[in-house]
Amino acid sequence: MAQVIKEKIDAIEFRILSPAIIRKMGVVKIITPDLYDADGYPIEGGLMDLRMGVVDPGLRCRTCGGRVKECPGHFGYIELARPVIHIKYIPWIYDFLRCTCSDCGKILLEEKEIEKWKKRLDKIKKTKGELAKWNVIKLISQKAKNAKVCPHCDAKKKKIRYEKPLTFIEGETKLTPIDIRERLEKIPDEHSELLGLDPQAGRPEWMVLTLLPVPPVTVRPSITLESGQRSEDDLTHKLGDIIRTNQRLFENLNAGAPEIIIEDLWDLLQYHITTFFTNNVSQIPPARHRSGRPLKTLAQRIRSKEGRFRRNLAGKRVNFSARTVISPDARIKIDEVGIPIDIAKELTIPERVNEWNIDWLKEFIKRGPNEHPGANYVITPEGKRKRITDETKKQIIDELTYGYIVERHLMDNDIVIFNRQPSLHKMSMMAHRAKILPYRTFRINLCTTVPYGADFDGDEMNLHVPQTEEARAEAEILMEVQNQIVTPRYGLPLIGCKQDHITGCFLLTKKDTVLSREDVFTLLSQVGIEKEIEKDSLSGKEIFSLLLPDDFNYVGKTRTCLKCAKCKEEKCPHDNYVKVVNGKLISGVIDSNSIGAEDGEMLQKIIQEYGNSFASDFIYKCSLLGISYLKIIGFSILPTDTDLPPRAFEKIKFILNKSEEKVRELIKKYEAKKLQAYPGRTVEETLEFKIIEILNKGRNITGKIVERHASKDNSTIIMATSGAKGSLLNLALISACVGQQALRGSRINKGYTRRTLPHFKKNDITPRCRGFVRHGYKGGLDPFEFFFHAITGRDSVMDTSMRTPKSGYMQRRLINALQDLKICYDGTVRDAYDKIIQFQFGEDGIDVTKTDYGQINVDSILNDVLSREIKK
Amino acid sequence: MNLKIISELDRISEEKKLTKEQKEKVIEELRKRIEEAKLQPGEAIGVISAQSIGEPGTQMTMKTKHFAGVTEMNVTLGLPRLIEIFDARRTPSTPTMTIYLNQKYANNESIVRKIASRILEIKLEDIVNEVSIDLVNLRIEVEINTKKVKMYGVKKDEVLESLKKVLKKHNVSIREKKIIIKPSKKVDVRELYRLRSKIREIHIRGIPGISQVLPVQKGNEWIIKTAGSNLKEVIKMEEVDYTRTITNDIHEVQRVLGIEAARNAIINEALSTLKEQGLDVDIRHIMLIADTMTNTGVIKGISRYGITGEKLSVLARASFEVPLKHLFDASCHLEIDDLRSVVENVMINQPVPIGTGILKLVVKPEK
Repeated sequence: MAQVIKEKIDAIEFRILSPAIIRKMGVVKIITPDLYDADGYPIEGGLMDLRMGVVDPGLRCRTCGGRVKECPGHFGYIELARPVIHIKYIPWIYDFLRCTCSDCGKILLEEKEIEKWKKRLDKIKKTKGELAKWNVIKLISQKAKNAKVCPHCDAKKKKIRYEKPLTFIEGETKLTPIDIRERLEKIPDEHSELLGLDPQAGRPEWMVLTLLPVPPVTVRPSITLESGQRSEDDLTHKLGDIIRTNQRLFENLNAGAPEIIIEDLWDLLQYHITTFFTNNVSQIPPARHRSGRPLKTLAQRIRSKEGRFRRNLAGKRVNFSARTVISPDARIKIDEVGIPIDIAKELTIPERVNEWNIDWLKEFIKRGPNEHPGANYVITPEGKRKRITDETKKQIIDELTYGYIVERHLMDNDIVIFNRQPSLHKMSMMAHRAKILPYRTFRINLCTTVPYGADFDGDEMNLHVPQTEEARAEAEILMEVQNQIVTPRYGLPLIGCKQDHITGCFLLTKKDTVLSREDVFTLLSQVGIEKEIEKDSLSGKEIFSLLLPDDFNYVGKTRTCLKCAKCKEEKCPHDNYVKVVNGKLISGVIDSNSIGAEDGEMLQKIIQEYGNSFASDFIYKCSLLGISYLKIIGFSILPTDTDLPPRAFEKIKFILNKSEEKVRELIKKYEAKKLQAYPGRTVEETLEFKIIEILNKGRNITGKIVERHASKDNSTIIMATSGAKGSLLNLALISACVGQQALRGSRINKGYTRRTLPHFKKNDITPRCRGFVRHGYKGGLDPFEFFFHAITGRDSVMDTSMRTPKSGYMQRRLINALQDLKICYDGTVRDAYDKIIQFQFGEDGIDVTKTDYGQINVDSILNDVLSREIKK
Repeated sequence: MNLKIISELDRISEEKKLTKEQKEKVIEELRKRIEEAKLQPGEAIGVISAQSIGEPGTQMTMKTKHFAGVTEMNVTLGLPRLIEIFDARRTPSTPTMTIYLNQKYANNESIVRKIASRILEIKLEDIVNEVSIDLVNLRIEVEINTKKVKMYGVKKDEVLESLKKVLKKHNVSIREKKIIIKPSKKVDVRELYRLRSKIREIHIRGIPGISQVLPVQKGNEWIIKTAGSNLKEVIKMEEVDYTRTITNDIHEVQRVLGIEAARNAIINEALSTLKEQGLDVDIRHIMLIADTMTNTGVIKGISRYGITGEKLSVLARASFEVPLKHLFDASCHLEIDDLRSVVENVMINQPVPIGTGILKLVVKPEK
């Protein structure tokens, strides 16, 4: 397989096709619109002529002798009875006509000026590059088009008008393409250059077509329907129209038909050729298929997201890929992916036979395509592909020698690339180790859902199998999950413990957790730690310490740290001071601030000191420890978690009543015109602000009440305080009060004239009428509240659905603008043309993934150095 | 070494009272660590930066307006603002300035308020009840609102003066509470209407373009936030601390302070927009984007007219937007695409010149 690349495309040039080249590259002159004869064989000189390549299996191209996939296709051409304008070159043609003399063809500028512009063009091309030249060219045409008399031959110049879509009118007379072509022919090369057409690229008159190239059949293959009928491509249809019209025009010309008929046919030919190039020019009715569907012609094939560029060139279809639903598996390592056995039997890895693996590979062939670690194909050194079946097995094993390639099934530990769309950052495609499992879904560890943004509500993901050693090596070094733990976005681990993992570790490392010897061993066996333990019982902190390396030191805080003015450190009454000395957790509970995804500080330290693979193992073990501990103690949430004692309800009711009362007073004050406006605001605005303020205050107090009355061993609270899932706000929303529904930054005021619903009085601005929801979700919303809540709900759904395409487009543009930037060997950031963008990335050239939240942590390095000294 | 790191090191070593020897050791270790943390050649840093900013874009809200109590103004925020910055629009949808004052004035609220009122632009329409057209006499009558005049502290002469300055061709006279403007020539009604709308917009006092001012206390000094922006005029004011006063109009920053300042403005604006949404993005990524936008000396937007439109490669441009236009232009200009950037090489199935592809070593096969 390893082929030496001998040839490489160096550059691609763009020019205009000249009639001579069209004739030269055309292998056949198309003269008849008919495609096949009575036997269904392509007619010579027809649009499916065999000299233009083949699409039917079995036939051979009559130009190169190639079969279906070997022959790339060859162009033909049509000789047009009369010249026709190329629609896409109209802006240039218009400029040429306006800016040159109709008599002598020279540009309408004085000799001196021509020299001046020429020099300027050359200079700009040299100093500022090709692109800056275009602006000068625009200036030249601006200058030249206003001349009334030709400075070269003194001929008077009539004004030329362009009438959309295809006509040029001089004075009163319409210019035919023949006239136009004649004029363009007269323009000297030096002058056409001044108007933006490089003489090397082509001649102006080539913009008016006399010959039409016919794309090869391979570009417009016909499809054979099930009924045996042939269905031709849109382009073939269009070309048929062109030839038919062209022929009629020829005949009429030869017969000396009246001018009107010829004019009509000429226009028709122009129409067909225009729509052959592009089928959505304004003011030209699109050419349609018999069914009424507009034809998809050349421009449509190239353009837009579904066009050639974005669909087929910038993005390509691949083999060796799979897609299915994902589901979680806590016991799969974070750098593994569980692959269904059915998929493993389809996806293969090519393995070249050599002295050392021949016997091993023969075993695979022996097992064949249906038994799992088997093989599907072998490839002989000549490049012939042989399928392994029960019949061919024996023969293949016998002939297998060095140099053969065996395509064996995917096995455990193979490198695969796993991806979930939308692929917004590089962590959306990571290399995993395959783990072949039964059933039909991909299995991933819960910790790896964060970078993918995946959940298990039916998400599907894609899997790719790299096929060469180079690809596998690159995937392993650059893309493997361990090496992607820290995000380059801000330099903290993106992969870490989540949900139950955190809850478990949180409960385990609480101050009073003590486990019996039996429980300790249950836990350790689940996590996979082998250690001698002598004590009869261990505290939770001691158990967690077993995961930490012996020389690990760390100081941090929990997320519930009250940030007291003077920290009591280890003696913190709430156990918020996390301290690890020599691998022993001395104080503090472990929560999301220590090991959680996206903010685990302890994790960050472990990554920096012990490397990525240790960290990935640590995350895995932490997650198992958390889960296993929860399995021992049992953990669940209940509806009663959100219950409040009646006393609390009374309080909440009282608070809300009070704020409503306050609002009413305020409104009264306003009605009495005693309300003082804020500077720069009207009285009404001031009133609104004040009402919102009062209501928010009231709601916040109810939240506080819920917090005060919730017991510490309430599962929901445990999850909220540990940072595993949810927050106290969520709880308050459920049990106490949902609060004000805001729409576009203000209270809800849409609906009927001066009121939100017909049930209210006009101009009533009390909280209830403007979308204040005083009940909690659990207590239930009343009909008005429910309606208001639905309004904001709908608004946020709208927001999301409008945002996604907008941000997607922004990202596409960003990537397109920056995709060529790279770090060079001298540390500079340069673009594709070696232009320096930055001398050092981010002014220090530092990789964000190797920093501590974007910073080089001087403090911790200093401590490291000092502690090393002490040891000495 | 980075200045920030040096100062950090100084601070800590002072705190812990390090010996010279210890300090040297720390410096050595720091050098080593920084060298290890350097980016590796070939890293596709552009894509990483673009992703780092694009990815949180999906988490942003679109809510345009922002009401943080009474003391804040309406400002475009979130995704629309971010798009606006990267597009390099000529004017932001909500131009605002943050004006800092010199030490002398910044602490005194009443003085600050006075300065603010001088900055605020007052147009004629702000201080009148009505600008009406007298069809009988073919003239315009301006009825002044005495209350508002008092509120803004504008003098009648001042108004008259500025009116006369603009309407040199016309007769401006004052009669009781009304100012009467009689066109010098005969005019028809339509022209009168045009004149009326012109009169309404007449600038009387303050700095043009500043439509709202709001003194805000920030820390222990008072600053002025404005709606509308006119950096050039504001920093001319003697009371204003021109070293800190900023506007959110990036093009204006470029015009007044130059391209380096514009680069910093892009960084600061983008960073604060992201931060306001509670999203973390390292400043280095934003720096890279700001640098690509400004490195030619003018601000180029991240759009088909800006950076992408000026790429040298035809195919790279064509693969982004409006491919046909680029192809036909290329055919006339004899463009040669020498396939040096990423997309073109993807298109023709060749290794891309980035990442592991920047190597230019070739193995000579043995014959």
